[in-house]
Amino acid sequence: MTTSRRPRLNIGAVRSSFAPWTDPTLQPLVRFEGVTKRFGTEIAVNDVSLSIYESEFFALLGPSGCGKTTLMRLLAGFETPDAGRITLADQDLAGRPPHQRPVNMMFQSYALFPHLSVEQNIAFGLKQQGMPREQIADRVVEMLELVRLNGLAGRKPHQLSGGQRQRVALARAIAPNPRMLLLDEPLAALDKKLREETQFELIALQQRLGMTFLIVTHDQEEAMVTADRIAVMREGQIVQIGRPAEVYETPNSRYVADFIGDVNLFEGSVTAADGKLVKMTTADCPAGFEALEDDAVAVGATAWLGVRPEKIQLHLDPPRDGPNRMAGKVADYGYLGDWTTYVVELESGRTVRAARANASRLVARPIACDDPVWLTFTPDAAVVLTR
Amino acid sequence: MKGPSTFNRVSVAAGLAFLYLPIVLLVIYSFNASRLVTVWGGFSTKWYAALLRDDQLLDALGVTLRVGLISATLATVLGTLAAVALVRSRRGRLLFSGMIYAPLVMPEVILGLSLLLLFVAFGLPRGFWTVTVSHATVTLCYATVVVQARLVSFDGALEEAARDLGCTPVQAFFAVTLPNIAPAVAAAWMLAFTLSLDDLVIASFTSGPGATTLPIRIYSAVRLGVSPEINAISTLLIGLVATGVIAVYLLNMRRRTAAP
Repeated sequence: MTTSRRPRLNIGAVRSSFAPWTDPTLQPLVRFEGVTKRFGTEIAVNDVSLSIYESEFFALLGPSGCGKTTLMRLLAGFETPDAGRITLADQDLAGRPPHQRPVNMMFQSYALFPHLSVEQNIAFGLKQQGMPREQIADRVVEMLELVRLNGLAGRKPHQLSGGQRQRVALARAIAPNPRMLLLDEPLAALDKKLREETQFELIALQQRLGMTFLIVTHDQEEAMVTADRIAVMREGQIVQIGRPAEVYETPNSRYVADFIGDVNLFEGSVTAADGKLVKMTTADCPAGFEALEDDAVAVGATAWLGVRPEKIQLHLDPPRDGPNRMAGKVADYGYLGDWTTYVVELESGRTVRAARANASRLVARPIACDDPVWLTFTPDAAVVLTR
Repeated sequence: MKGPSTFNRVSVAAGLAFLYLPIVLLVIYSFNASRLVTVWGGFSTKWYAALLRDDQLLDALGVTLRVGLISATLATVLGTLAAVALVRSRRGRLLFSGMIYAPLVMPEVILGLSLLLLFVAFGLPRGFWTVTVSHATVTLCYATVVVQARLVSFDGALEEAARDLGCTPVQAFFAVTLPNIAPAVAAAWMLAFTLSLDDLVIASFTSGPGATTLPIRIYSAVRLGVSPEINAISTLLIGLVATGVIAVYLLNMRRRTAAP
């Protein structure tokens, strides 16, 4: 599998060497082995096997109802698996109720205790652990500093803003120093700007604590930014696990390609595959497609070519003939500020999305609807998908 | 803004008069110096003084208060547990809630009769405890309804969070759930207490010698003619119930302004 070299935004080279899952001598912290959970006739989690390593920031990503939250709740102990087992630090968790598991959860609704102050909320788990009073006070102060809520210790949850509540919930879950922190849609209730800031705060926090984080989210951006590895889920199963860039650049199925980001999928049939370059014929491009692909692809098989909108070049003048070249006209466009997405209708009738960075404030030649345009992409921009 | 129309004013006044005129009359006549109910003989508190010397009536009041306190507490504890079970259960909720609510619409006479038959069948001598248990049984449904209404809007994640942070389910209930539904539990208790206080039908079926409750005493006294003394004790009861109701209301108000 190709490993990505795309550095994480604020982490850079330090973290990119962090890849315990590639080290066969390391034991994972958490192991799901063939875990299945049914609710009535519905299978919420279907035979999932998964390993999460110490200090990893792991994301479960999928649409609502894909079983990601159930998987997390199985680990927290709120649900019992129908089959399979879950181990934490090589100990089987079966039969252990939530209060005896060394994991803490941050709930989507935050679930702050409304009758207790911020301080008492954070101290709740520490009291249950039987920590002496002075130590609890110290730990609470430490936690308040960690999430930058000094001075709000005496407030009740309803006197806090959404962002502050989120941080109290975080502090409360971290305070007992769990082996692992489970975050159920931790940022879903925040507005966009705050969400983006908080993503980076979460990463910084996780780095500082060295704690293992498992985040459940339906927001691909959230997963991409925060996680070391992402597991993409669908209908109770994990369809792909990898670093964010791996999942984005080398999706293993049309589902993953389509779920993570935008993608144009072209159906065609494979005419040649030499282990490096795959050639395809398609109704959408007279000269056919060429794509770099080192995985084995059967000649004659139906395949799909996935090309991300930002990897498609839009030309106003006809480029020279060759593969990966399509002609069409602009059907519509969406101006996003940083990007403009053009919807181009090909001669075959299908539409393709191409994105252009708005690198400059002025445009030499404005593009209008119905303008004839040409689309090209390089062979390394496309990914061949067989399922 | 236009005020309410004349029609609305009149209908509100009529409705309130309909509700409160009898009570106001009773309170006024409890301060009547004359023994005759229909004749105003000047202001006096002598019937309240007479009340203090009426051992029978005071005994009945004592019985009623004790029955009320114990049965309301019993009903609230059981009703809260029932409400928790009803809200949490995934299966059989409809059946159970139906079974809990059925006594609400059952005629009291039939309830009283069936309780009487039960006690007779078990050979239990009727007295203080049979009344208490009967009242707890009947008011249990009301307590359940009140607590359940609050529990439905209670975020179950709170209890899960408590368990996640190291509480057993029972600890989580007492540490998190109970403090948050406390106003509803208090309201349930007040309701149960009030219902027990003014119950005549069930008590007359299930009480025995030595356990005459105040409503029974009043009822039998009234059969011999309304005495101002009865008015006085009724006024005291009204005061007690009104205080309780207002207290619960204030408790809920404070809670609501405190909650987001």
